Amino acid sequence: MTLSPTAWTGELARARLHFVSGKGGTGKTTLAAALALALASGGRRVLLIEVEGRQGIAQLFDTEPLPYAEQRIASVPGGGELRALHIDVEAALLEYFEMFYNLGFAGRTLRRMGAIEFATTLAPGLRDVLLTGKIKECVGRTESDGRHTYDAVVVDSPPTGRIVKFLDVTKALTDLAKTGPIRGQADGVVRLLHSGSTAIHLVTLLEEMPVRETVEAVAELDGADLRPGAVLVNRVRPPRLPARSVLAAADGRVDASRVRSGLEAAGLKLPDGALDALVEETVEHAIRVAAEQRAKEQLSEADLPTLELPDVPDGVDVAALYDLAEALIDQGVR
Amino acid sequence: MDTLDIDALLDDPKSRVIVCCGSGGVGKTTTAAALALRAAERGRQTVVLTIDPARRLAQALGLKELGNHPRQVQVEGFEPKGELWAMMLDMRRTFDDMVRVHAGPDRAEALLSNPFYQTISTSFSGTQEYMAMEKLGQLAATDDWDLIIVDTPPSRSALDFLDAPSRLSSALDGRMIRLLTGPAKAGGWGLRKVVTAGFSMFAKAVSTIIGGQLLADASAFMQAFDSMFGGFRERARKTAELLRSKGTSFLVIAAPEPDALREASYFVERLSEESMPLAGLVANRTHPVLAKLSAPEALAAADSLEKSAPLAVAVLRLHADRVALAERETRLLARFTRAHPEVPLVKVPALPSDVHDLCGLRDIGDRLAGS
Repeated sequence: MTLSPTAWTGELARARLHFVSGKGGTGKTTLAAALALALASGGRRVLLIEVEGRQGIAQLFDTEPLPYAEQRIASVPGGGELRALHIDVEAALLEYFEMFYNLGFAGRTLRRMGAIEFATTLAPGLRDVLLTGKIKECVGRTESDGRHTYDAVVVDSPPTGRIVKFLDVTKALTDLAKTGPIRGQADGVVRLLHSGSTAIHLVTLLEEMPVRETVEAVAELDGADLRPGAVLVNRVRPPRLPARSVLAAADGRVDASRVRSGLEAAGLKLPDGALDALVEETVEHAIRVAAEQRAKEQLSEADLPTLELPDVPDGVDVAALYDLAEALIDQGVR
Repeated sequence: MDTLDIDALLDDPKSRVIVCCGSGGVGKTTTAAALALRAAERGRQTVVLTIDPARRLAQALGLKELGNHPRQVQVEGFEPKGELWAMMLDMRRTFDDMVRVHAGPDRAEALLSNPFYQTISTSFSGTQEYMAMEKLGQLAATDDWDLIIVDTPPSRSALDFLDAPSRLSSALDGRMIRLLTGPAKAGGWGLRKVVTAGFSMFAKAVSTIIGGQLLADASAFMQAFDSMFGGFRERARKTAELLRSKGTSFLVIAAPEPDALREASYFVERLSEESMPLAGLVANRTHPVLAKLSAPEALAAADSLEKSAPLAVAVLRLHADRVALAERETRLLARFTRAHPEVPLVKVPALPSDVHDLCGLRDIGDRLAGS
């Protein structure tokens, strides 16, 4: 039942800024990291950004919590390099203030008093404008030889429920003053996010709720004139039953006598109870596979390039991240 | 490891509130509903407060829309010994109602139409948690039910609902806005002198960035809000007290996966720091092995058959997958139990498909009770 995944399109290969969103619990952070590793192959330099203050990247790479600074987190075969940045909104706001108003030590005191948190609470749009502003700065930064500092930037983004709000900076700006330094920069952010340099990927599982959220998010992104990238189907498990038997088995129809004779041919003699239990396990498996097939059909409504990532039964560690990156490269990510 | 005795918890007349918490996507809402159904069938007058239930679960409970008030679950053939009531939280309406009660009709209208209120009541990240706790307080105050089961919002962190009330309180605290709008007039703050210069600079910077209109709206809101704020804080304090009281129990729900169990660990530690009564851990959606056959045996048999008996091969391979999954789940749960030996635990085997009617909920209730 493997759907032949549409390869990573040329359009996606041209994008330099990749957002990775998805319903909570689908493995966004893991796949953002795997995508960043995949993009860094072939000697490229990639920045992986975290915006939600969860330190999920540090956990994933099993390192100390990330500071508000770009630092090397992994090296990649072929001379590539992955750096990570945890954007702290308060620090980003202070950075602005320092740049434009020279607040000095008062800035730190204000932070301690909760003034900065208060300001970002007052205007939730401010938070998103600051985050996307910092992201744009990383994407646009160049070295002395004029080349971009990063070949690609991958953002572990807010979940599907909030992604459009996060990226719809134009709307957030209605919260903010009509002039001023942040405003000036924000216009550039809007241009970048709506351009061909940006792709918004959606992670899903083959389950009803995540798939529905994915399809809804695609429509919402289209509505806001933002570009959906690829659908990344996570935790795909191998189907065991022959495709033609799935529906019957899901309905409880498993030919127990055929199973029994097969087991006997293999020299396994099981008591009746065990045979019934095997049949019950088979029915449960078939119900799940049938539900996954329905989810896949529904997902095809999104009409996007679709990549599949295998389930990692023993939990995701750094080695598994490289395997997932490899799986992405095999499906055309470059 | 102790086994968590769900029926003892549901039957104890001293159990008045059960809070189901845990990270998103672990089946909190379904568990809360299944517990409520079971309690009602065992004779309790039960109400379940759900937050954002899946459509089919809501339909199973007969909830077609956000009602914001409990409705009795009446389905043909469902005749519990007690009663089952259910509601879905409407965050915005709960907040509006609270403002109306505290502000009186005239001031309430001004508050409700203030743009800053619109932001706070819909976009502030802790509002849903705060309103869930407010609603719990309201339900408890009526004495109409002898058991209230609450679901908690699908937060980024399971701890958010404990922290939200104080975060919202500080966001709505009047002194910060007074400082921003007129630092010279705000008095009684030790730090003020040190930072006055920096602060007026900051206030200027903030108003350049977020605009004078928003600050003015916020300021107007705060002024009107200030007088009723005591009432809010008092209620938040009462709810916190209710959560610590003897009749309240917390159930931590977790899927047998590393992230969910890590979150469950944080939660267990935090509850004990806050002296909140933890009843136990529900390890939700486990996959116990049904057939006694080892994975190596099954795989060896499958390899020996290859192609001659495709159905038997499939059955053997999917059984081996299941053994591997069950072993992993057992290992993860054992790790949790080693870290928290005092926490009773119950494993709830996964249903093969989503719940869409009361029978499905009853089935989960049976699994929760270990029968």
